[in-house]
Order: sequence, then structure tokens, then C-alpha cells
Amino acid sequence: MANEIIEADGLTKRFTVKKKTVEAVTDLTFHVERGALVAFLGPNGAGKSTSLRMLTTLIPPTSGTARVVGFDILRDPADVRARIGYVGQLTSGSFAQRTRDELLSQGAFYGLSRAESARRADELIESLDLAPFATRTVQQLSGGQKRRLDIALGLMHAPPLLFLDEPSTGLDPQSRANLWQHILDLRATYGTTVFLTTHYLEEADRYAERVMVMDKGRVIADDTAAQLKANLAGDLLTFGFADETDAASAVAVIQGLTDREVRRDGASVTLTAPDGDALLPTAVRALDAAGLSVRTATGVPPTLDDVFLALTGRTLREAGEGEPAEDDEGETPDAERGAPATRRSTDEAKTATGANR
Amino acid sequence: MTTMQTNPRPDTVVRANPARDTWNVLTRELKPVVRDPFSLIFSLVQPLVFLGLFGPLLIGQSGAPVGETLQWFVPGVLVMIVLFGTGATGSNLQYEMMTGSHERTLVAPLSRSSLLIGRALKEIAPIVVQALIIVLIAWPFGFTINWAGLVAGLALLAVFGVGLGALSYTLALKTKDREWLFWGVQQTLIFPLLILSGMLLPLDDGPAWMQAVATVNPVNWVVQAERALFAGDLGAVEILWGWVAAVVLAVLGLWVGVRAMRKSN
Repeated sequence: MANEIIEADGLTKRFTVKKKTVEAVTDLTFHVERGALVAFLGPNGAGKSTSLRMLTTLIPPTSGTARVVGFDILRDPADVRARIGYVGQLTSGSFAQRTRDELLSQGAFYGLSRAESARRADELIESLDLAPFATRTVQQLSGGQKRRLDIALGLMHAPPLLFLDEPSTGLDPQSRANLWQHILDLRATYGTTVFLTTHYLEEADRYAERVMVMDKGRVIADDTAAQLKANLAGDLLTFGFADETDAASAVAVIQGLTDREVRRDGASVTLTAPDGDALLPTAVRALDAAGLSVRTATGVPPTLDDVFLALTGRTLREAGEGEPAEDDEGETPDAERGAPATRRSTDEAKTATGANR
Repeated sequence: MTTMQTNPRPDTVVRANPARDTWNVLTRELKPVVRDPFSLIFSLVQPLVFLGLFGPLLIGQSGAPVGETLQWFVPGVLVMIVLFGTGATGSNLQYEMMTGSHERTLVAPLSRSSLLIGRALKEIAPIVVQALIIVLIAWPFGFTINWAGLVAGLALLAVFGVGLGALSYTLALKTKDREWLFWGVQQTLIFPLLILSGMLLPLDDGPAWMQAVATVNPVNWVVQAERALFAGDLGAVEILWGWVAAVVLAVLGLWVGVRAMRKSN
């Protein structure tokens, strides 16, 4: 079998909203290899969910097509459906059903025998820590528990490819980390290809091996997070001096070491440069040699938001707030959802990004 | 990279099979009912209120003996269970469309028709259980049961329920996440259907136009057929018309429902 598990070719989706045509996704073309962990990163309304809904046969593309797990989404949707797992943005379990019952029904839907369903359900209940809630109704589960059930439902038939639409939206950081541990464990066990959408920078940065940045219906960058950051953004270096005179003299010294623009802001000097970790000590030594005493020197690695900013001129947060929600991505960005940490705003962001490296 | 295990079930995949899928959808829908049968009793409150509070008024009004009035009124109450209970069942699907589990079933390898037919068939279970409870409650008060009529009456009620349930699901699929629209349409239709079926009060004393409208109301035909069946008048022509109304409704309901489900995304 071909090593390509997804081959999207010119996928385009137009919606008609209030008599106006909106192009939600434009000419989406990409391949995903078996076993990969790929993320669509972008603000709300970027077209991530619409793309996923086309790939999972929920909606037909306006033009273009795709082969998913070796089958054409338009010609053989049933074959695609039988071989993929899908965890949507909302809750997969019916609120009136009990946790374990839903898993058993899901097994039957995918043609598992009764015994096989029971074995598989109990295995997933065990590995996703759902045992204490197995006989509770979905309605009674907490957000994190519901999400774990969603994942379990998506994995009942051990699909070779799992789609996750915003898997950790609405979860607290601990549940999010937990959920990811489960996803990574399951992937290591079954070799499942994982394709997810997220508007959490940290999530894409930390877990995805490949990040496709989406904005306004197009993929605008496609690489590993590390490469994206190295190529499109850089480390932010900041040097502090005793006064503005020293800082002004320092600009010239540092500018001699790099072709990136060096800026002065009061008594500090900043620049963004690739390989900032190497430039930082070099710059400090050069400034010392020039008789300028450096009071403080910090280097902050870039985040994917810097990548997004470099690509679009907007931060993810601004982009998410500015876009009208499209038909099937009609979520409103609330404070928690629409607030990707940028390195310029919080100290936690620094630690978080630092820890990722 | 860790070495990947191959997928445990590489190509033994399921193919859509309408009969098996319908069975699977049906058994899934029945699970909450089996897990929590008390919910069935609770939704009997409304017909019981009609039986307990409207029944005595009818008896007082008609001056007929209790048993005779019940013989006329109880079959209508059974149809009322279907009208109110099954007629509202689309809201369950609408809730699942809003909370997300409907989407999950659309990505599963299930034939679209099974998603509707399985749900509609599930309606038979609560209808039969609730109808039996009402009949058993009315029994000691002088309601007589013709056993053949009871069986045929329940079967007719089931077919009518499948049709009405399918229409309710269709309404849910068409109104999507606009809950107010679902209830608006449902309430707008249900009361005229109820009153123009002669379920609560005989239409014989109503104006001619009402009687004319009632003749095209399938609920009216089903009510009349149920009355004949429970009276043991098994050769009555009303029974034939009741079956015609119920079967036409069921075929129509399932047809538009399956079409709506195919368009669902």
C-alpha cells in the first residue's frame, strides 16, 4: 500500500452565507505519510474544520478531491468512513447514553463482534481512565472525561488514521496534558496516523511533527515547528544598559554582528535573529570589548505565533478575533480559547516555550 | 521514532448494510430506555392527567356510564401518547445534532437510511409499553379489553408511531440547530391535529367545516380505528381506513426522513 495516507488535491469549499459566497478553503493540496502526527494550526475561521469535514466525508468539496486511506472521498466515501476515526469539535457520545454502552454501540457500527466490542471497550476504558464512569451517562461526565470518551469512541475500531478537531479546546491545562499523554501512548501502541486541528500554539509546537499553518482558507506554511520558527521567526534578544547613551552606542556594535535590524527602546536594545543563542554571548563579549557595560541580556526563543505574525502580519489572537465565524466553525473565541500566549505578553509563555526546546 | 506496530485490523473493514445498520441503530436507541425505564413512566404523566382530569368531565357531560365513556375515550388517549411523545422525539435527534453525537454517527460506516429508520422503529417500544400501562389503569374502572383488538390496536399504533416519529426526526433535521423553530412547528401542528381528530371531544357537534377538515386528518382515522378495535368491532370499515392512514403516514414519513438524513452533515 502506498505510504501516503492522505493525498488532498485542490480541495476547495465555498459556502453561501446570506447570499454572499464565502470561500472557506482554497486549493488545499498536501500529502500526509502513514504514522505522521500533523497539525493544522490557525485562528478560528481559518478553514481548518471545513478541511477536516471534507477529508472525513462529512461535506463534499466544491471542487478538488482527496484520497484518504487509499480511497477517494467522493467516489468511495463508505470505504473512507470504515477506515478512519473522527473526533469532532463537540461531544461524540450521546448525552442520554452510558459511557460503556456508547463504546459497544460504536463497535457494532464498525462491524466488530459483540465479544470483540466488549474486549476493545474495556481496553479503552482502562487505558483512557474511564473505568469509574463506565456506567454513568455521558451527560454526567466532566469536560475532560467527555473528551477522553470521544477519543475512545474514535479508536474503537483501531483506525489507521485518526482525525481530531480541536481535541483540547475547553480543557484545563492539566486535562489537556493528560489527554495528550493518552493520544501519544495510543499512537505509540497502534502506529495510528494522527491529524489534528488546533488554535493552541503550544499544542502544535509541542506535539505535532509537522505543522501546516492555515489562514483565510489557505495553507501558508508547512514544515516542522522547529524549521518554521528558525526560518520565519527568530530569537528575541534584549540587552539592557545603564542609560540611553550606552544603548545608542550599543546599537552600532551589535549591528556589526548581524544583518537583522537592531532597535533601541530607551535604555535597552532589541533584535530578532536566528541562532540567537549563539549571537547572545558573542554580542555581550563585543559590547564588553567596546567598553559598554551590559546590565541584562535575555534571549527568548520564538513561538509559532511569531511565525504566524511573520507570515500574516497579525498574531493568531488578532486573526481569530477579526474573522467572521464561518458556517460550521461558528464558535466565538472566548477569553480562554482565543488567547494564545505570545512571548511579548507573559512570562509563562517564556517558560513554556523554553521547556519545549 | 518508535517502531510502529501495524494496524491490528488492517483491511477487515465493515461495509454498509442497511438491515444490520438499522438493527444497530435501533438497539443503541433502546439502551437509554432499558437503562432507565422510569423515564417511560414519567412521560405518562400527561396522558394520565387527561385520563384523570378530563375523563370525569366527559363522564359528567355525556351522562353515560363510566365504562362506556372510557371505551370511547381511552383509545384516543393511546393515540395522544403517540402524538405528544413520538411527535416530540425529533428533539432528541436535534439535541444530538447540537451536542455532536449525530456527527459521529455520520462519519461511521452506517447507511444513511438506517440512521433514520432505526430511530423511527425504536419508537414502537415506548408506545407499546405506555399504551399497555394506560389500558391496565383504565381496566378496573370498567374499560373492557378485546384481546384481539388490543393486539391489532397496538400494531396500528406502532405503525402510526413510526410514521409520526419519522416526520418528527425529519423536522429536526430540517430545522437543524434552531430549537425554537422545531418546537414552533411541532406545537403549531400538534394541537389542530389533536382537536380535529375527535380525540378529546366528539366532532359530531362541531361545525361542518371542522368535520370536513377532520376527514383529511390521518390522526382522526387512526383514533376511529382504535375505537373500533378496542370495542371488538373487528369488521368495522374504520379499521381499514385507520390502517391506510397509518401506513401512508409511515411510508411518507420514512421517505422524507431518509431523504433529509442523506442531506445531513
